[in-house]
Amino acid sequence: MDNAETTKLDPVVFDCMKDFMVDKYGVPAGEFGYGLEEEAGEAIEQAREKIARRINASPEEIIFTSGGMESNNIAILGTARSNYNKGKRILTSKIEHRSILRVADILAAQGFEKVLLDVDREGFVNPANVKANVADARLVSVQHANQEIGTLQDVGGIGRIARENGVLFHCDAVQSFAKEKLDVQAMKVDLLSMSSHLIHGPKGVGALYVRDGVKLEPVLYGDDREKGLRPGTPNVAGIVGFAKAVELMTDEDAVRMRELRDELTKSLLAISDSRLNGPRGERRLCNNVNVSFRFVEGEAVLMHLDLRGLVVNTGSACYSQKLEASHVIRAIGGTLEESHSSTRLSLSKWTTGQDVAYATETVKQVVEVLRAHSPLARRASQGR
Amino acid sequence: MPESTLAKKFGYSEKVMDHFKNPRNVGIMENPDITSKVGSVACGDLIKLYLKFDPDKDQIKDIRFESYGCAANIATSSMMTEMVKGKTIDEARKVTFKDISETLGGLPRIKLHCAVLSRQGLETAFLKYEAKRGRVKIDEGFVNKILRGVLDPIQGVDIISAKILESATVEGGKKISLGLNAKTDSELAKSLREDIRDAFEDLGIELDLKFKE
Repeated sequence: MDNAETTKLDPVVFDCMKDFMVDKYGVPAGEFGYGLEEEAGEAIEQAREKIARRINASPEEIIFTSGGMESNNIAILGTARSNYNKGKRILTSKIEHRSILRVADILAAQGFEKVLLDVDREGFVNPANVKANVADARLVSVQHANQEIGTLQDVGGIGRIARENGVLFHCDAVQSFAKEKLDVQAMKVDLLSMSSHLIHGPKGVGALYVRDGVKLEPVLYGDDREKGLRPGTPNVAGIVGFAKAVELMTDEDAVRMRELRDELTKSLLAISDSRLNGPRGERRLCNNVNVSFRFVEGEAVLMHLDLRGLVVNTGSACYSQKLEASHVIRAIGGTLEESHSSTRLSLSKWTTGQDVAYATETVKQVVEVLRAHSPLARRASQGR
Repeated sequence: MPESTLAKKFGYSEKVMDHFKNPRNVGIMENPDITSKVGSVACGDLIKLYLKFDPDKDQIKDIRFESYGCAANIATSSMMTEMVKGKTIDEARKVTFKDISETLGGLPRIKLHCAVLSRQGLETAFLKYEAKRGRVKIDEGFVNKILRGVLDPIQGVDIISAKILESATVEGGKKISLGLNAKTDSELAKSLREDIRDAFEDLGIELDLKFKE
């Protein structure tokens, strides 16, 4: 249950991609395309339309990229290098994805001012805090859903403040796209990053919404494809598959995932000394569960779960190759112990009630096995 | 049980996985002669050792461990206890962290510190045992050695190297006063209070920890 990391390709998606890999192998050649080229061109434009519709945008406002990380880079670096306004401040939050924080670091080293907004105990950015810091900003970048704890930010509230102050607003919606409702008009978003591989689409493809009238400086240079923002031969099959995956992800899927999410959360919290990381209910991403189990360390939990055929994720320092604890759990005020034991389970549209029951039982078992030998668990039980 | 794909990703050997899945000598011991606790909760890497000695031969009659940590933490502690059980203190001291790692079929580079930690736990236990038997004086030098096993949770190095320990005085081998560079109500102070108290457990010592206001 690690579908926030990546998902399995939907066979229906694969079927419609195959055609474009084997027989329809052309690439759109521009205005005078014919035959194979025309087919590819049409397929891409249809895909563009489907994705635009999903977020209430126009097709011309969608550019295809190689994925969420590239979309984030094009949006942030593209704004920083543009002449949108003279602001030197990049305003973002402490719990963004590494690809945002890393780019912000690079810009800070190049003379921009990086301001990382605090979040509360559930991971929410306070829009008032955005308002207080928005003056002199070039860009506000706040994600829609958090990758670890599923917090769904008040994107509309933040967007309104940015728009009123003439500052561009980028939203990283990689985790939530096609699962949660997104309306770039209503939410006053200027730039929005999307990804395919988290919704059973192919890897290596994503999209960036660039609001009509927003002029970005390219990060990659070459031809004029994708408005010059993503030059090069387009990933035709990937784009076709991406759009199909979006089409196949329905509101019913989200409703079902939300129900299973709540069931899983409830049964995991029935384990003693556990704590939910992130919010509950409508303000949480529909497929995300994150619980810290005291007195045990996450890597050991993961390893035991893996031996029992269950794949999850953890914010433990021991699991990260850099031995750093989760920046998200730390930012919401969690202790180092809470970050070492934070366990993320993320559902997919195919997750069943049976899967949830197996996950619960297995996690419970493993936490018990490890607590039996943990000096911390023993001390706590003696203290009672 | 399917074989772990994660183990492969981490570079854990079969032996590491065996000791992780079936740790030897794990769990609390009743009435140990000495305990030692090294590492910290904040680092996500902690072990507590329990030892019983044959006092005539200075031989390790029994050794057990408890663990809060990753798979490598559990496996190295398990292997270390296997390697030193039945040995005299002098013999056990010859077992290095490299020996533990090699006997486990090697450890990933970023997990070598787990072998170091288990070895350090053993050394600390010996030192406390010697002090308890009156063969080592409880003085500033002793305190320094014990505190090398208490870690700064933020930097992951011992509190002496991290310059958190500012002063240490010992009165008559019974009372130890430590000055610590941490705010009294901080997360750091909370973790240090617990770790330092455990570090001197079993020695009948009165501790006075001074934090900053």
